[in-house]
Amino acid sequence: MTAAILVSIFMTLAAAATPILLAALGELVTEKAGVLNLGVEGMMLCGAVAGFAVAYSTGSVALGLIAATLAGVAAAMIFALLTLGLGSNQVATGLALTIFGIGASSLIGAGFVGRTITRLGPLFPADYAAHPWLRLVFGHDAIVYLSLALVLAVGLFLRRTRAGLILRAVGENADSAHAIGYRVLAIRTAATAFGGALAGLGGAYFSLALTPMWADRLTAGRGWIALALVVFAAWKPGRLLIGAYLFGAVATFELQAKAAGWSFVAPEVLAMTPYLATIVVLTMMSLGRRTGGRDAPACLGKPFPAQ
Amino acid sequence: MTQPPDQTAPSRLALAHVSKSFPGVKANQDISLSVRPGEIHALLGENGAGKSTLVKIIYGVQRADEGQISFDGRPVEIASPKAARKLGIGMVFQHFSLFDGMTVLENIALGLDETVPPEELKARIKAILDSYSLPLDPDREVHTLSVGERQRIEIVRCLLQKPKLLIMDEPTSVLTPQEVERLFETLRQIAAEGCSILYISHKLHEIKALCEAATILRAGRVVAACDPRIETTQRMAELMIGAELKYLQRPAASKQGAARLSVERLDMPGEPPFGTSLKGISFSAQAGEILGIAGVAGNGQAELLTALSGEHLAGRADAIKLDGRPIGRSDAGARRAAGLACVPEERNGHAAVPEFTLAENVVLTARHRLPLAPSGLIRQGPVERYAGDVIARFDVRTTGSSALAGSLSGGNLQKFIMGREIGQRPDVLVVAQPTWGVDAGAAAAIRQALVDLAAQGSAIVVISQDLDELLELSDRLCVINEGRLSQARPVAGLKLEEIGLLMGGVHGESHVAEPAHA
Repeated sequence: MTAAILVSIFMTLAAAATPILLAALGELVTEKAGVLNLGVEGMMLCGAVAGFAVAYSTGSVALGLIAATLAGVAAAMIFALLTLGLGSNQVATGLALTIFGIGASSLIGAGFVGRTITRLGPLFPADYAAHPWLRLVFGHDAIVYLSLALVLAVGLFLRRTRAGLILRAVGENADSAHAIGYRVLAIRTAATAFGGALAGLGGAYFSLALTPMWADRLTAGRGWIALALVVFAAWKPGRLLIGAYLFGAVATFELQAKAAGWSFVAPEVLAMTPYLATIVVLTMMSLGRRTGGRDAPACLGKPFPAQ
Repeated sequence: MTQPPDQTAPSRLALAHVSKSFPGVKANQDISLSVRPGEIHALLGENGAGKSTLVKIIYGVQRADEGQISFDGRPVEIASPKAARKLGIGMVFQHFSLFDGMTVLENIALGLDETVPPEELKARIKAILDSYSLPLDPDREVHTLSVGERQRIEIVRCLLQKPKLLIMDEPTSVLTPQEVERLFETLRQIAAEGCSILYISHKLHEIKALCEAATILRAGRVVAACDPRIETTQRMAELMIGAELKYLQRPAASKQGAARLSVERLDMPGEPPFGTSLKGISFSAQAGEILGIAGVAGNGQAELLTALSGEHLAGRADAIKLDGRPIGRSDAGARRAAGLACVPEERNGHAAVPEFTLAENVVLTARHRLPLAPSGLIRQGPVERYAGDVIARFDVRTTGSSALAGSLSGGNLQKFIMGREIGQRPDVLVVAQPTWGVDAGAAAAIRQALVDLAAQGSAIVVISQDLDELLELSDRLCVINEGRLSQARPVAGLKLEEIGLLMGGVHGESHVAEPAHA
């Protein structure tokens, strides 16, 4: 019986971690190419609403996920056009993209508030996960497995492949990369699009898997957590995985504490814990790293060609 | 030793009437030159003469407005560096196009157009490093390497591609004489195997020793083509700067006064993970003296400079004394106020803030000694006057004191930084690589200004990897190797081979202690 409870807690944890992991992984690739896109929250909301709208209209969650990914890419392309194409400031444009995403999702989602759909189910048939421990392995939905596979894939891509090496080079020194003959803006645009795709998918995880119902500002600031996680993870996919699941654990703790009816802590304080924990961990990590090398891509957020 | 180049074979590279303009500047006008297969061809010219632009056109970084480029007799369009490499053109840049946060191996892999498995690439790099006796660890991250080591990455990167034309932009500025000689042997070997070399340098005696042909540029035009083996260095220098060359004017016998800067048993741990620790450094520089510190890059020069400037404080206050006062525990600002000025090797980001104007950069270091901001408020008039004086006196090519430091070419910025410090009349001036990347005319002006400053009673310490410069400038010379400093020896009567051996690490303490062996 206790095993079943533990497993159930872990299932909640994984579900809470997955959308942040996806969005942060996308942002990590974008930042590795030297682009600082602060519009993660906005891109997640675009994905969330597009995914819900398509899934509600067609009845297909799979189509919803595809639509969400494309919506994330579309939002990222607005950002790429402005910052990479027209040379606008990345920080300001990213903030604007978040505000745009909040507004656009609110507008499109207005007709869907309160509507429900059938949520994304487990990938494997139920009898695979009959036993509680097997449920731990086979009980998740497809996106959870996809997010874990993507962590591995991105890690290998950045470390082991030539394309990954070039992408890092563009983020490290865009002028040198250009001098050697790499197409800096094209590579940065592709990395930004990848970031948008994963943010859109992460956003749709909220509306299609976590709460199969549309509500305004569904992502509740998780896009900012994803941004912070990239820094906390020192731009390393493996650490990102740990960070996302750590955040998931604290969020699950919050839910469990509420369910257990802890009256001696104000619910607002409990709701604060995931964010507070993120800040504390971030601070500790940066203190511990003071003597180490440099982690951030050297050209992060810098325009190319330089003004 | 080399057979006469085949006159009938088509030129490896031929430029015909190449022109290139930027807004407000004609960088190249009607340039024609040709390089035969296996020829080592010098491209000579001052800063701003248009060498860099021309080379960028050949390497496909920039497109010519007019003119025709032929390679191996065929007209070609070089649209990108990739296209250039495909033709067989390799280039070692003056400003290295390296990625600081990545390893040597990754940097080299990025310069290759085909994918090579890391293990195989490592083996190929090792083979090249061995055959040219270049020490370099492929797994180190570039930001931990010295300038000299970074240059080796570029050279190895080119050699891996077995180029037909190798462009070398100031390749010897940070090498020891032995290394230069070895590099020359390498280049001669490469040329003998049929690869042409376009060699850009300000060092005329190097061009004389190495090159078979020379094209001299001035103000974007070809002013002469000659055979440097026959032409005198003085004639080439005059063609290059368009005026008669001034020689260093030294006081007949420099009289030496009391010690102004004395360093005693200075120890300092190196910055982890790859910094060099300073071990028991002792020396003194007297009034009116120029003390040279030679050594191969990465032997503690950077650490010594930061220890003297006050960026890293010494353990004991009396480890460093200025006019007898202990300053080892004073910070950089206090040391400047006391009269010790330093010019670090790295211009952008260390000696100057590239995003600031020249006037603002003046305030940053000169406010301690000049009344530029007496009560915390910057006095715009005096600041601009001082910056203007520096620009005029050191012939800094810029649009004025409101130009951004980062917009100046390396040589011009160096002239400005040197001028800024010399103009403050410091009691002690410590400079690293005072003329690196600066053309012959401007380098002569900077050296003259240093000699003049010393003649006024200041003590000057020059840390450089350019031995010719040290021998020309210094009264006494010592060598830094693995964080230890040899005893200072008078330059007069010192043999080049001996210094070279010290730089290479064959210490021979007894030789240093007994001048009789010299």
